[in-house]
Amino acid sequence: MNKKAETPKGGITVKDILSGEQASLVIALLVLCAVATVLAPVFLTTTNVMNVLRQTSLIAIAGIGMVMIILMGEIDLSIGSTQALVGILCVWTLNATGSMVVAIVASLALGVLLGLINGLLVTKARLNSLIATLGTMAIFRGIAFVTTNAVSIQSKVPSFDTVGTGYFGPFPIPVVLTIALFAAFYYVLHHTAFGRYIYAIGGNVNASRLSGLPVEKMKIQIFVMGSVFAAISAIILASRMSSGQPNAGVGFELQVVAAVILGGISLTGGVGTLTGAFIGMLILGVLDNSLILLNVNSFYHDIARGAVIIIAVYLDGARRRNLQKKLIKATE
Amino acid sequence: MSFTNGAAPPIIELRSIHKKFPGVHALKGVSFDLRPGEVHALVGENGAGKSTVIKVMAGVYDFEGSYLFDGKEARIAEPLDAIRLGISVIYQELNLVQDLSIAENIFFGKLPTTRTGRVKWSEVYARTEEHLGEVGLRVSARTKVRRLSVARQQLVEIARSLSLNAKVIIMDEPTSALCPSEIENLFSLVARLKGKGVGIVYVSHKLDEIFAIADRVTVLRDGAYVGTEDIADLTNRKLISMMVGRELSSLLPKTAPVLGEDILDVKDLSTDKVSKVSCHVRRGEIVGFAGLMGAGRTELARALIGLDRRIEGSVVLDGSKLAKDDPPLACRIGFGLVPEDRKLEGIFPDLDIRQNMSIVSLGDLRAGLGISASREKTVVDDMIRRLGIRTPSSSQLVAKLSGGNQQKVILARWLIKKNVKVLIIDEPTRGIDVGAKAEIYRIIDGLAHQGMAIVMMSSEMQELIGMCDRIYVMAGGRIVDEISGADATQERILSSCIDERG
Repeated sequence: MNKKAETPKGGITVKDILSGEQASLVIALLVLCAVATVLAPVFLTTTNVMNVLRQTSLIAIAGIGMVMIILMGEIDLSIGSTQALVGILCVWTLNATGSMVVAIVASLALGVLLGLINGLLVTKARLNSLIATLGTMAIFRGIAFVTTNAVSIQSKVPSFDTVGTGYFGPFPIPVVLTIALFAAFYYVLHHTAFGRYIYAIGGNVNASRLSGLPVEKMKIQIFVMGSVFAAISAIILASRMSSGQPNAGVGFELQVVAAVILGGISLTGGVGTLTGAFIGMLILGVLDNSLILLNVNSFYHDIARGAVIIIAVYLDGARRRNLQKKLIKATE
Repeated sequence: MSFTNGAAPPIIELRSIHKKFPGVHALKGVSFDLRPGEVHALVGENGAGKSTVIKVMAGVYDFEGSYLFDGKEARIAEPLDAIRLGISVIYQELNLVQDLSIAENIFFGKLPTTRTGRVKWSEVYARTEEHLGEVGLRVSARTKVRRLSVARQQLVEIARSLSLNAKVIIMDEPTSALCPSEIENLFSLVARLKGKGVGIVYVSHKLDEIFAIADRVTVLRDGAYVGTEDIADLTNRKLISMMVGRELSSLLPKTAPVLGEDILDVKDLSTDKVSKVSCHVRRGEIVGFAGLMGAGRTELARALIGLDRRIEGSVVLDGSKLAKDDPPLACRIGFGLVPEDRKLEGIFPDLDIRQNMSIVSLGDLRAGLGISASREKTVVDDMIRRLGIRTPSSSQLVAKLSGGNQQKVILARWLIKKNVKVLIIDEPTRGIDVGAKAEIYRIIDGLAHQGMAIVMMSSEMQELIGMCDRIYVMAGGRIVDEISGADATQERILSSCIDERG
């Protein structure tokens, strides 16, 4: 049996699995783009492509945090409410001080605080993250409504909207920011100890504890980072709307979770890549965009998105069962 | 069908059963048959495949091969099918709901009710007490299971089997948590069940028990079928050689130790599971911890690295005191742990061999902000060569390796890390085939020679006796005896385990 295992033919590597998975995602994205182009030629114009990217950037930025949280085997449902609460604080601070820098720093600090609350609930209070963040989702949303009396706050600093709508060369600023963050966190996830620990803890938390990995500390850090990413998306959103709105980001968390899972991040933790998740986000972005271009009633968007997610998760399960079979075969 | 010598036709017959898991070909053509009214022992070392055979018979695993029940193909797709046919399993880890009464456990899922759905409790209690009588347990049917000792809980499980009209009862290591008088009691019950025509599969690796109650013995080794013999045709020596395949002493490479000063000093360490443990280990020393199942060995390992909350006591490693319960801190100051359950607690199944090996030494392999890929590859490839890990490359998924090679990967984890002073190895060779065992022993012996202190928890006494310079015996979460390697014998260890049970 060992003899056979030595022949490279039976070999399966982490790379094989991931490349296989990502290949099918890329193909799905290309097919979707091709269909969209045929049905609505306007799809492939520079303006529209930039539009898709800009639309996707909110989900993409918050998605980086969600990827890390789900890779660790946890989840954060509070990011939509975080988006609203941070947006309100951002515009309020902006109006009070007139300084964009102060507003952004305050927003990020609030992100740290909210993430810390989630992280401590999961580690110190030992709550299941689904429940803990379901709770904070309601609480953060409630605070957003209470502090504003359910009325949105308009920005009084006109230059604030450059963050969300301005350009950096030919590219929208949010898109540039998204790409920069993805590049940085691709490195973090795949080339640093921090990233390796995320995969290890998500893949086997018992083994991580027994190997002396800093499980609790990592979890708190990851929740903080997740909320900071949500805060960045909140600043962009607030800038784009020139206001902080208490009902911003309703359902945002589900869109992000859906995109991430579609991109092959396993809900059980430990499996998936940032590039896969990015492609998942683009697929949902393109899907939304083409439905708009085709003038499909927006109520159908939710149905389409839901269907895509169910199919993706089904395919993910099928792939995993397949891999299991391949593993067994390889040991014969 | 025709039968020779008037032997009853078998009620269960397995023919050339194969079972494969990822990375393991667990059963390689195993045959086994059971006649009504006989005790057929299934023996073999840890990892020989006994539990897998049980789970095939019980419908937990699917398999390749043929499985006959009462001469007909057994249609068993899930455990419930096996139970309906009358096959009951008493697992080592008992399967009772602790907070329900004995009667509720016995009638779990089949409580007799009136037409309106009310439970007929008087009938339930009466029938329960009848079954309890059959197994010789004189307690009220209303007693909560939690209040019973392990031995009595086992009897409740047997009573439940009887209530299901079991024709076959499979007992998996039934005596691993019993004291001698409880064992005697169990044996006389087994004899009575035999008399009623129940076939019993008795799984054990304790030879004296097998000679005491078995009619026939089937031996497995490394998942392969070795043979089936009548007990009358067997001697102790013959049975051992069937189980091991060669003399165990040839597997144990123990060389004379080079002992240094004390490096680990534990005083009155208590958690929820262990109490007042004091022990010490010297540089270059291999110290064993023996004990029955549930004696607290694994719990001590967890307590040492601060994974369970410490109630009192101190752990001092090479002069630095472990100030709080903090496994990352414990590992930083020089503890390493190779856990008992490789699959659940040892490997990272989604990571490859390289990532599995380097996971605790990423700090040592840092280059700038990230991990130095070239240095990581160098140390990992070097380790693969040194330990003789059989794999085409370090980018292979660790789940694909055999148990022995997985264990080497986990050992390698701590060999790569700098400054590991005390390596705790819980069940170093569980589920590992004989050849790989010898290699693991050689690695451990080599580590001790380089001055590492080894703490070895094991339920295999021969392994402890063969490898350790000193052995602590544990029972009920306490250390009850300390034996030097030279004085250690199976009898001495066993009697310490049992005397102190109280």
